Amino acid sequence: MVAALHALSAWAIPMFIVLIPLVAAFRKVPVYETFVDGAKDGFQTAIGIIPHLVGMMTAIAMFRASGAMDMLIGWIAPLFSALGIPAEVLPLGLLRPITGAGSLAFATDLIKTYGPDSLIGRIASVVQGSTDTTLYVVTVYFGAVGIRNARYALKVGLFSDAVGFFAAIFACWLLF
Amino acid sequence: MVNWIWLGMIALSVIVGAANGRVQQVTEAAFTGAQTGVTVCFGLISILVFWMGLMKIAEASGIVRRLSLLMAPVVRWLFPDVPKDHPALGYILSNMSANLLGLGNAATPMGIRAMQELQKLNPNPAVATPAMCTLLALNTASITIVPTTLIAIRMNFGSAHPADIIGPTLLATAISTGAAIAADRWYRRRQPGSPPVQPPSPSSSGRQAAGPPASF
Repeated sequence: MVAALHALSAWAIPMFIVLIPLVAAFRKVPVYETFVDGAKDGFQTAIGIIPHLVGMMTAIAMFRASGAMDMLIGWIAPLFSALGIPAEVLPLGLLRPITGAGSLAFATDLIKTYGPDSLIGRIASVVQGSTDTTLYVVTVYFGAVGIRNARYALKVGLFSDAVGFFAAIFACWLLF
Repeated sequence: MVNWIWLGMIALSVIVGAANGRVQQVTEAAFTGAQTGVTVCFGLISILVFWMGLMKIAEASGIVRRLSLLMAPVVRWLFPDVPKDHPALGYILSNMSANLLGLGNAATPMGIRAMQELQKLNPNPAVATPAMCTLLALNTASITIVPTTLIAIRMNFGSAHPADIIGPTLLATAISTGAAIAADRWYRRRQPGSPPVQPPSPSSSGRQAAGPPASF
């Protein structure tokens, strides 16, 4: 299982890069033109998140430099170290369901501070990569059709976010 | 909510910084933080442009639609109260397939179209139906195969193996999606007046079992 997931990590990208255009070409899709067309969206996306990332990274850098982050982590650390979890990742877990750009900035900060291949960097990568921003999804999806009473949807979303956070830590602990 | 978190972080930084005698560092951090934000985004451009180009090919070649067909039985199990040839199912399938491939931008419009179709089946348009809650649960915890943006960020900071988070991400999302489905089913059963999740009664099972799969 562990070996299979490692192999999957190593081979997923090369397989995608080769197989998708091959299948498309076989089905008479103009691959290069389609690529360029989609690539434009990627450019828009990257430019579009600049304001969000600048706003959030500024706040996080200030929070860290002032010593407030160390205080926060200091309060959480005893509880988390008992479970063998680095306390530095908890703020990311709390931020993830609330704001996508904010938690992306936080994950980036952790990756930058501790290194992408450190345990904290990897947990940050998996936590950020593996769930969606529940509040955003609820707002957009239900807002689009005028639902005002979301019933139990928010509870289910937040519950699965919590499970996902600990599952991400467990997966990193298991595989690295 | 984001407004308050952001304001809170900035205000606390200045207050705590002043208390710790680190006002100068806080000021410097504001500008270096802004700079990091821009640098990270520029680092993301190359990989996002490349990946979304590739994913457009996947969409145009019908790979997303093919994946939808594979998942049809799962979706019928997840949405027992949606009639089996209703257009909502097609959009739900496209939404799930796009999420699976990490096509967040393509998944959202599909998800909204699915919600609009589910709204047509809703007796009370202001209150979410169980099917809507299930769709939402799947979208907040969706299984992800390739977390593109995070791979790009890891490359940006010199990771030796930027893609080695794919395995753990798949494992973590499989667990969280399982939890979302279980929680959704649990609430659905407790909800008064919601349609039962049990298989159809004998009188209607003949019609349910026969016939071609719904068209997508």
